[in-house]
Amino acid sequence: MSNNAVDSIPAGNRRTSALRQSLIEFWYYFSESKTAVIGLAFLVGIILMALTADVIAPHDPAVQYRECLEQPPTWGAEKCNFAFGTDYAGRDMLSRIIYGTRLSLVAGGMVVILCLSIGIVFGVVAGYFRGWVDIAIMRIMDTILSVPGLLMALVLVAILGPGLLNAMIAISITYLPHFVRLTRSSYITESTKEYVIASKVAGAGKFRIMFITILPNCMAPLIVQATLSFSTAILDTAALGFLGMGAQPPAPEWGTLIAENRDLMLSAPWTVTFPGLAILLAVLAINLMGDGLRDALDPKMKRS
Amino acid sequence: MFAFILNRIALLVPIFFGVTLVSFGFIRMLPGDPVVALAGERDMTPERHAEMMAKLGLDKPAWQQYLDYVWNLLHGDFGTSVLTNRPILDEFMELFPATIELGVTAMMLAVVIGVPIGIFAAVKRGTFYDQGIMGLSLVGYSMPIFWWGLLLIILFSGIWGLTPISGRISFLYDVPTVTGFLLIDTLLSGEEGAFASAMHHMILPTIVLGTIPLAIIARQTRSAMLEVLSEDYVRTARAKGLSPLRVYGLHALRNAMITVITVIGLQVGTLMAGAILTETIFSWPGIGKWIIFSVFSRDYYAVQGGLVLIAMIIMAVNLIVDVLYGLINPRILHTSS
Repeated sequence: MSNNAVDSIPAGNRRTSALRQSLIEFWYYFSESKTAVIGLAFLVGIILMALTADVIAPHDPAVQYRECLEQPPTWGAEKCNFAFGTDYAGRDMLSRIIYGTRLSLVAGGMVVILCLSIGIVFGVVAGYFRGWVDIAIMRIMDTILSVPGLLMALVLVAILGPGLLNAMIAISITYLPHFVRLTRSSYITESTKEYVIASKVAGAGKFRIMFITILPNCMAPLIVQATLSFSTAILDTAALGFLGMGAQPPAPEWGTLIAENRDLMLSAPWTVTFPGLAILLAVLAINLMGDGLRDALDPKMKRS
Repeated sequence: MFAFILNRIALLVPIFFGVTLVSFGFIRMLPGDPVVALAGERDMTPERHAEMMAKLGLDKPAWQQYLDYVWNLLHGDFGTSVLTNRPILDEFMELFPATIELGVTAMMLAVVIGVPIGIFAAVKRGTFYDQGIMGLSLVGYSMPIFWWGLLLIILFSGIWGLTPISGRISFLYDVPTVTGFLLIDTLLSGEEGAFASAMHHMILPTIVLGTIPLAIIARQTRSAMLEVLSEDYVRTARAKGLSPLRVYGLHALRNAMITVITVIGLQVGTLMAGAILTETIFSWPGIGKWIIFSVFSRDYYAVQGGLVLIAMIIMAVNLIVDVLYGLINPRILHTSS
């Protein structure tokens, strides 16, 4: 009876309803963790802040209020009313941090997109062909991993030249091995399963097997890795900015904000405190969400 | 055992060549004329340029340059600093003890606090304590440590005046270098107050560098303990009426330690990356600060040498961890060799 009910749904709808079913199931497990939902809500808030920066920022982040240099945070004062205070050039810290959200989110997002797209291709190719292709790819990845990420990123930025875009590329290269390894290992595990053999018998081509048959079943660990890399990418972008090798002033990138106000840290501590707090909260929110994602997507943890 | 070690060393050979290729390529991929970048001279005459080309070996074919480079590396020649005209290896070895000293104290802090609170959280699973400890460790794990360092300086040095802002020791003391480890050298010198001053300078950098390893170790200890606590032998130990301290501290911890030791070994890379930031913030005269300084002063041979040396040190530590792991857990030995 129930089989008949499923059969009566047109094929296209059946696929979407299966997708909806798995989404509902995912949300059920994900929302079990309150902290993960809080993290997600906070992240949505940060994304909204980045999108509406022009509207919600009280001041232009680049305008220097020369009569209000290094003003402490004040609310409702007649003159120099800056909620997070001003920096050494009299710019509004709050507005700079709000605009900085854009740079950090774009940097984190770009790193994840680059790592996912390149890492998946390398991982699948290594897993499909095995042999010397596999060995060559994995040895290159081992080499990248043998140097601490931040040091590798610094060296790459020294070659490419300082700047936010180059920092993103450098960070992506240092994260790539994790994505390649993860894709390769879950690809190899999947590739011996029966549905793959069935698909081969049915005459599916190389690319179909690689990217349409097997890859979707390897996505769960990759999504978790992507989330965690998103937060570490924000941290590393800020670290490079702090060291003067990432986004260059006057760009209001969070790490760069800390670097340019570092000399004031004892006389005007708010200029350093608030940007760092922004980094911490953003990274924490994403990590909270990542923990929930891992629990919801990891089949070993599922209680069903 | 011997075969196991040989097998592990063989695995490192391709990585060593990979790292040397990267560091070799680094100098060749720098923007602009490598001779100008390396010699640091402007407006060279063509004769001078050709002379420098020959001196730096850039006139030979690339494959020969690479072979020469690896040959020199294998003979302990990591190049010469353009800035100080001293061998890179000498500079590195002079500064390295400062980094090790900081790394070791940070790791000790992380283990001494991280392991017990991880066990405590596992034993109190699901309670307020567990959630509190795990929440704090997630904050630690998410911490931008360069900001954390500045925040601690603002509070402890700026507002409360409790700790020094930077450096390894007060300038009042002139301690002769014996081992390079200041905590040992100050004791050897017998100078009154020198050891206390060195300790005093270490407090904040140790906390900053130890924060992320501490968070990771606490989390991993907790999950390793949770796995072990559900084992039969722990239930048996409990049923025998052993005290909780014996059950958790002896029976469970010994088995959870395998995971914990691996995690500690894996933190060496994290510590090196953290050292770059921590040493920059506290003006700590170690490898991290030296690398940043070399990048900014365009001393590319120093960056190149530092890269290879750090990679080699990390490879060596990972090898030692692998071997230790094999010793603790003989099952690994038999499956892989």
